[in-house]
Amino acid sequence: MALAFDEYGRPFIIIKEQGQKARLRGLEAQKANISAGKAVARILRTSLGPKGMDKMLQSPDGDVVITNDGATILEQMDVDNQIAKLMVELSRSQDYEIGDGTTGVVVLAGALLEQAEKLLERGIHPIRISEGYEMASKLSVEHLESISQKFEFSVTNIEPLVQTCMTTLSSKIVNRCKRALAEIAVKAVLAVADLERKDVNLELIKVEGKVGGKLEDTELIYGILVDKDMSHPQMPKRIEDANIAILTCPFEPPKPKTKHKIDIDTVEKFQTLRQQEQNYFDDMVQKCKDVGATLVICQWGFDDEANHLLMHRNLPAVRWVGGVELELIAIATGGRIVPRFQELTTEKLGKAGLVREKSFGTTKDRMLYIEHCANSRAVTIFIRGGNKMMIEETKRSLHDALCVARNLIRNNSIVYGGGSAEISCSIAVEAAADRYPGVEQYAIRSFAEALDSIPMALAENSGLPPIDTLTAVKSQQIKESNPYCGIDCNDVGTNNMREQNVFETLIGKQQQILLATQVVKMILKIDDVITPAEY
Amino acid sequence: MTVERLLKDEATEEKGDRARMASFVGAMAIADLVKTTLGPKGMDKILQSTGRGHNVTVTNDGATILKSLHIDNPAAKVLIAPDISKVQDDEVGDGTTSVVVLAGELLREAEKLVNKKIHPMTIIAGYRLAAECARNALLQKAKDNKQDPDKFKSDLMKIAMTTLSSKILSQDKEQFAKLAVDAVLRLNGSTNLESIHIIKKAGGSLKDSFLDEGFILDKKIGIGQPKHIENAKILVANTAMDTDKVKIYGARVRVDSMAKVAEIEGAEKEKMREKVQKIIAHGVNCFVNRQLIYNFPEELFADAGILAIEHADFEGIERLALVTGGEIASTFDNPESVKLGHCKLIEEIMIGEDKLIHFSGVEMGQACTIVLRGASSHVLDEAERSLHDALCVLSQTVNDSRVLLGGGWPEMVMAKEVDDLARKTPGKKSHAVEAFSHALQAIPTIIADNAGLDSAELISQLRAEHHNDTTNAGIDIISGGVGDMEKLGISESFKVKQGVLLSATEAAEMILRVDEIITCAPRKRENRM
Repeated sequence: MALAFDEYGRPFIIIKEQGQKARLRGLEAQKANISAGKAVARILRTSLGPKGMDKMLQSPDGDVVITNDGATILEQMDVDNQIAKLMVELSRSQDYEIGDGTTGVVVLAGALLEQAEKLLERGIHPIRISEGYEMASKLSVEHLESISQKFEFSVTNIEPLVQTCMTTLSSKIVNRCKRALAEIAVKAVLAVADLERKDVNLELIKVEGKVGGKLEDTELIYGILVDKDMSHPQMPKRIEDANIAILTCPFEPPKPKTKHKIDIDTVEKFQTLRQQEQNYFDDMVQKCKDVGATLVICQWGFDDEANHLLMHRNLPAVRWVGGVELELIAIATGGRIVPRFQELTTEKLGKAGLVREKSFGTTKDRMLYIEHCANSRAVTIFIRGGNKMMIEETKRSLHDALCVARNLIRNNSIVYGGGSAEISCSIAVEAAADRYPGVEQYAIRSFAEALDSIPMALAENSGLPPIDTLTAVKSQQIKESNPYCGIDCNDVGTNNMREQNVFETLIGKQQQILLATQVVKMILKIDDVITPAEY
Repeated sequence: MTVERLLKDEATEEKGDRARMASFVGAMAIADLVKTTLGPKGMDKILQSTGRGHNVTVTNDGATILKSLHIDNPAAKVLIAPDISKVQDDEVGDGTTSVVVLAGELLREAEKLVNKKIHPMTIIAGYRLAAECARNALLQKAKDNKQDPDKFKSDLMKIAMTTLSSKILSQDKEQFAKLAVDAVLRLNGSTNLESIHIIKKAGGSLKDSFLDEGFILDKKIGIGQPKHIENAKILVANTAMDTDKVKIYGARVRVDSMAKVAEIEGAEKEKMREKVQKIIAHGVNCFVNRQLIYNFPEELFADAGILAIEHADFEGIERLALVTGGEIASTFDNPESVKLGHCKLIEEIMIGEDKLIHFSGVEMGQACTIVLRGASSHVLDEAERSLHDALCVLSQTVNDSRVLLGGGWPEMVMAKEVDDLARKTPGKKSHAVEAFSHALQAIPTIIADNAGLDSAELISQLRAEHHNDTTNAGIDIISGGVGDMEKLGISESFKVKQGVLLSATEAAEMILRVDEIITCAPRKRENRM
């Protein structure tokens, strides 16, 4: 089948024979792809919503991760199927762009694929389905815009922001102290936010975790936390009004990059070299002292002698500080990173109100707090928790919360959660479908049905009868023309999401629909899968 | 059409009930494993390492047992090191077994509920309610004797004895409890156990162990140097005393004749001699170095009548610096500004057959050394672990001085409160709350079982006693009945109990939430043939 003939009539092979390659074509290929996509979505489906379950993942090295964050599950899953890999990437791109809704986007894509399968069986061409989906997604995005609301908050009134973050956190294992964590997330984002430009640089927020203590001990530090201690055990543990020299040069004799040799062949040379060496250390410490530094933070190590000299001259120092931390410290303290001792000047020193070392537990764990910095734009969230998994999961959850807060600052339009936005879109798309002539009408209608699957999954996970609940909410939305009705996952008693304060960002939701549609379109377009048998 | 392969080869996926089953069974198996070590009559385990030599450890310390297990079940991994129990060990130092057992019991109860078709999320909600309620109950009942130093000390004694009673040291628990309390009280409230130095020396019996107020360094004194120094001035250093290399990069010696070699060698020696002179110029009579001291400088020191100790490890150095109040020096150019350490007397002492160096009359009162003696290295290791537990608990109690009674008393108090809550809670959650109370009661049951007592009888008696709010009833293992814990002097630290409660609930919750287990294919080890 993969034979072709050249102009002389001789056959040549384009694709190697069946034994070496597996090949699927046409409808069969599409169906195989769809079922792979669906399989991925099925795994994530039970993790959706506040009552979603967790997955336990064991990595190739035997480490265990427990999470219900869609992006993390997929990333850790070690997927082999190409289409499944597409879904993994889908979730990842939602994570990069928005940071939240990573599960929802995959579930939606799965539902769209499921609907497409039915249409394919009816003999509708995949391209027509894609076109229908495209129109429908445009419709929904517009509709979302129309039901969205402006969300008012200010630096003094952070309550609305905290509420949003709480919605995000409520689906995670940390929901025991979601209030505290949400407040931490919002305060952290506001601390680094540029409200004029509506921009937030999340890199300025460092999330550190340390095993031990309780989740409740998690704190927000207006400053930097470094997992290091003073280079000499007898240096002071607490420095007030510190002038910090941030160095990227080691307290060691210089190592020129050009190759060279110093030959020692006489006693005099030996002695001058020795003298030289001693002077190096003296000079280095003296330079730091001269510019008025009271704390040295260095990216590299110290020689024993230099270490003692620093201690001796009463100049506390920290060694082996990582590059990223060094940058953060520089930003926070307003200092400059100095690559050479010669370039050290007083202006280049960073300022911090308080630097202190704190020890934890009964073991030798110490951390360095740099607080009250000159420029308070860098903050650290310090997570404590019962075990490493808990901390990792809290980190992921906080990341989601931070992203949500950031998105709200960028664009303060919101839609209501609990599936209400999806239901409302579904109604709108369904109604619009009839206006389109042609095969696309079917596809659009299917899109509406696919949208329903999100509230359906929510209801299912919350232990509610899915069809009953969905139909009830849908009819209520139409009857009361109230787009804020959703699934009452937490058994509060009302399904008006506005009263429950459950909302999500508009861009997040729009992005979900757009990304899911795009991926589904891509999958539908594939009609030939060629896999080498062994690679 | 089904997809044959979504995941990679060898990767497995377990879903829904099967996943839950797998994790429950795994976690419970771990709990059952350590269950028999709980309580004063708990049994020990022999652990044989797979490493070279097949070392044997005998212990009943939960953390140690769990650390040494190789486990394949992912849920079981949640319970063992480096997670739940490890944290309990690091932060509070004790109660590791209790955490695992309680978590196991919570899961056992949860399994029953799941079989009754109660959603795991409902169970979690119930457990959370119950844990909060139990914690409040503990908070109300905890006593704080911080204001009264005598009472506080006796509290500490009681806690130490209770902790030690389940360990190998139980025979001499009074002695060791006193030892531990003295050591911790010297710390003045810091939780840093580094300044308590434990030296193990085989030989003698556990009774011969003692607390030394000075500092003992497990090193020998150089030959020909004084063995006894009074009013010692100590210089603690971290410097190369072998050959002082030129550190400038690329420097190397290249000579063209033998005579030159000798010259340079002479210069090197001269340099070392200078260094030693400088050190002597500090006016010291004892020099302790972290690195090696070669024979040549050692000889120089001996000539000057200075005691030189080489190769003291890093921790020894830090501790010594801390104890004697000196600073760790690496350069010796300005003798006037280097702070020297002081102590009244340095002498060589013998413990068993080994010679050790004893620094007594040190400036800083915080540090002390505990010398453990025992018949074999296994006994010593186990004794050290037990003592470590006791020290951890005590140092935490010094900070958070709230104290509870022991012997199953706190569990019964919590169980009662939680039971009351269950009756008041409407909805399916109440089943879970009730289950929580059952799980709590399982702990005294296990303690009684391990002691060979009639647990069913005992627990029912206890429960009846605890109907009265002010009772002090708990299990009296010695007499095998219900006894007044206050009178028996069995106490536990509030912080430990709270830690156990919270960690166990957290772990159980984590495992309950899982509805799917995906195991990746194990990473292939490359065959290096």
